[in-house]
Amino acid sequence: MYSIPGCKSESTAMSEITLEVQGLSTHFETRAGTIRAVDDVSFSVRRGRVLGLVGESGSGKSVTGFSVLGLVDPPGRIAAGRILFKGRDLTKLGEAELRGLRGNRIAMIFQDPMMTLNPVLRIDTQMMETVFAHAEVSRREAWVRSRDALGMVGIPSPEERLSAYPHQFSGGMRQRVAIAIALLHQPDLILADEPTTALDVTIQAQILAEVQRLARDHGTALIWITHDLSVVAGLADEVAVMYAGRIVENGQVSQVLKRPMHPYTHGLIGSVPSRNKRGSKLRQIPGMTPSLLNLPTGCAFRTRCQQADEKCELDPPITAPAEGRMLRCFNPQLEAIV
Amino acid sequence: MTWLLRRLVQALFIVLAMTIIVFVGVNVIGDPVDVLIPPDADQAERARAMVALGLDKPLWEQYLRFLLGVLQGDLGRSFVYNEPALQLIGSRLPATMELAVTAVLLSIVVGIPLGMFAGLKPDSWLARAIMAGSILGFSLPTFWVGLMLIMVFAVQLGWLPSTGRGETAALFGVQWSFLTRDGLAHMILPALNLALGNIALVLRLTRAGVREHLQLEYVKFARAKGLSPARVLFVHVMKNIMIPIVTVIGLEFGSVIAFAVVTETVFAWPGMGKLIIDSINVLDRPVIVAYLMVIVFLFVAINLLVDLLYTVLDPRVRLETRE
Amino acid sequence: MSATVPLKEETPFRRFVWEFSSSSLAVAGFLTAVVITLMALLAPILAPQNPYDLVHLDIMDGRLPPGSESMSGMTFWLGTDDQGRDMLSGIMYGLRISLGVGVGSAVIAGLIGSALGLIAAYLGGKTETAIMRLVDLQLSFPSILVALMILAFLGKGVMNVMLALVIVEWARYARTARSAALVERRREYMEAAACLALPRWRLLFRHLLPNCLPPLIVIGTIQIARAITLEATLSFLGLGVPITEPSLGLLIANGYQYMLSGKYWISFYPGIALLVTIVAINLMGDQLRDVLNPRLQK
Repeated sequence: MYSIPGCKSESTAMSEITLEVQGLSTHFETRAGTIRAVDDVSFSVRRGRVLGLVGESGSGKSVTGFSVLGLVDPPGRIAAGRILFKGRDLTKLGEAELRGLRGNRIAMIFQDPMMTLNPVLRIDTQMMETVFAHAEVSRREAWVRSRDALGMVGIPSPEERLSAYPHQFSGGMRQRVAIAIALLHQPDLILADEPTTALDVTIQAQILAEVQRLARDHGTALIWITHDLSVVAGLADEVAVMYAGRIVENGQVSQVLKRPMHPYTHGLIGSVPSRNKRGSKLRQIPGMTPSLLNLPTGCAFRTRCQQADEKCELDPPITAPAEGRMLRCFNPQLEAIV
Repeated sequence: MTWLLRRLVQALFIVLAMTIIVFVGVNVIGDPVDVLIPPDADQAERARAMVALGLDKPLWEQYLRFLLGVLQGDLGRSFVYNEPALQLIGSRLPATMELAVTAVLLSIVVGIPLGMFAGLKPDSWLARAIMAGSILGFSLPTFWVGLMLIMVFAVQLGWLPSTGRGETAALFGVQWSFLTRDGLAHMILPALNLALGNIALVLRLTRAGVREHLQLEYVKFARAKGLSPARVLFVHVMKNIMIPIVTVIGLEFGSVIAFAVVTETVFAWPGMGKLIIDSINVLDRPVIVAYLMVIVFLFVAINLLVDLLYTVLDPRVRLETRE
Repeated sequence: MSATVPLKEETPFRRFVWEFSSSSLAVAGFLTAVVITLMALLAPILAPQNPYDLVHLDIMDGRLPPGSESMSGMTFWLGTDDQGRDMLSGIMYGLRISLGVGVGSAVIAGLIGSALGLIAAYLGGKTETAIMRLVDLQLSFPSILVALMILAFLGKGVMNVMLALVIVEWARYARTARSAALVERRREYMEAAACLALPRWRLLFRHLLPNCLPPLIVIGTIQIARAITLEATLSFLGLGVPITEPSLGLLIANGYQYMLSGKYWISFYPGIALLVTIVAINLMGDQLRDVLNPRLQK
């Protein structure tokens, strides 16, 4: 639907990698055992580009986002890997340095706009405190910045709305406020964790278009976490598909959606309702998402996979089946989706 | 506004109901004749006294006279002190009030920080100790704790005085203990004693609130904005938690005044709580009635105020009541 | 905890015992409560002295510290009061009154309150509104105030104290019984019973009541502790039991005047007995709440 302007040459884009995650593992130590919520995950996103991080709930996509921000709370911890943000490894930074980046260079938008804004603080308080957290400015200046940010995300009469409380906004408007807060310091990277899932479809489309425009205009890199492939198709440049804590497939959106190789990606695309013929049975992936505590050995998807054989009881290696693509599967499906 | 009006009518109704209960309790269940007339009086004397007191009239007429008295602030004269009962209560009210207010302040100043700590570090040994202590604060009888405080701090250690108000100073024509060093020293033990149950309550509420709210999305969002942990805790979390805490503290203020009866008796604190116990023991009926009416009025007023305060504190409620 | 599979077949009672004993504190509370109850029941046999038989008392033994010997060679392990009474015996007899009044009033209040609560839930409508309004009104006033008011009307005495405690306590049972019954009423077995056209009273008492029992037991345990505390407080204030039937609260009050002169034991040991009793019951109550109804709030 939307095309990315191809004006940038490949070489400059390569030099402007905003975030590169290498071999990230985030584990949760529980009484029942170690949960590998994120397991050896690698991806990168460039300036002005959008990466769609796709998976079912519990696949580790949100934890990946929180790991980047350093907001994984005990019993969770980053067990391995590097998170390079503009060349700096975030896993090596102290809490104070991370706090300086949060909301400033790296911003996050959450899933449920009803829950993310503090119900008892006015919008101006919640916005201006974000300004003050990273900039030494006057109250007036902070107020002006907040107002401008609200205006930028399309909230009418921002001066008045600033002194309102969150419950006086609709869900869509609240999410716009959250986006405005994320944009206050014109971050280099925005992590959006299913920000449109809780919204109506029409509002969802508006916000998608809005965010895409803002990211493009400011050269912000965007990681869009979602379970909805159709959102990714319209928005992202690249897509990484997560299953049970691992990225199983990764590449350009056009290629991955047209020629998915991992059986799980196949299943996901097959189960998008619009792809199914009217009247025919909706295709589903058989079985249930396994518990992270009790994953099958080897490829975690093998118990639900029609292609699986005894090879799959071993860990599948990461392969690069085509230019710019990554795959973690012994038995890729090679035929294109019809 | 209709909401406020409805609450006012409700409050008035409760006060009215309590006048009936008190009247029936004192005049029907307890026989005033026995109390007011010497047992060795003969029939003629009894009859004369009953006419003089209006006790020969039908019950509803007696009640109306009583109600009229309540409205005019005339609840009879104390037999013991021979002054108007209401005036007597009024003269003891400041002592009780300063004790109760101090106790409530103590429960906030001590309870909230301890509760926050226990909520932030629920697994630390100190938090566990605080929680175990709060169970004791709930279950120990107030009077027994008061005795122990006296035994340890007044008798054994000799640090603090055990009884009375100590030196007082006048402010607005009323004598207060908190204005003098000696008076303050006298207030520490009784105020602490009265506060103990509430400290435990505030502490538990705060802990539960902190634990619950730290899990909520808005806290994670606030952290993702790059706010300092102090700002997240003291502004974002506390502002949310304070709403129920303030409500509970407000409502508990009434019960602190009621429990002052016990503390004042233990520490011989000359407030209205000690007065009512003494009056019950010598059957000083007008004072008992006056005390009950005053305390019912205080209670209803406090409940009403807390309701109002709640709507002011919570922006969500505020909007609903406005519309 | 509950994940472990018991080896023997699991009856509800066995399961209950097993879960209850998962907390050693609760077991300690239970055992202490048993010992205290036995001490109270068997006081006439166990106590070294009958503290209310004047023949045994010698005023010369008055206010002796713990461990002293009497004129007749008996050892007062916890000292004596101003009348020369052995404190240990006094405490055992005092426990009889304290426990009797506490448990007695809690049981009576429980019966009345639960019945009213069930009726409110079952009948609904105006009856329910009337009962629950009364409950709300009463619970908005602190228990000490209500008890004080009643005793101011009635005067002191064991029966009057029990009556005051019952009036103070019934409301909490009523609220608990009603909310439990409202939940149970919507369950399928109630509909099934209604379909069988069983008589109303049978539905109420044979089907509804037993299923509301767990939360009522929890409340009842805690209410016993509250009743004992309140009785002690009232007696301490001189409004409770008469001097001829001293409960722990009155014993403490009697020793109060001597405490300032350092004769702590006359107040202190009855206080400890009171304390141990209340804490033991509360520990049991806490665990019962966890076992019987995890969602029940204080």
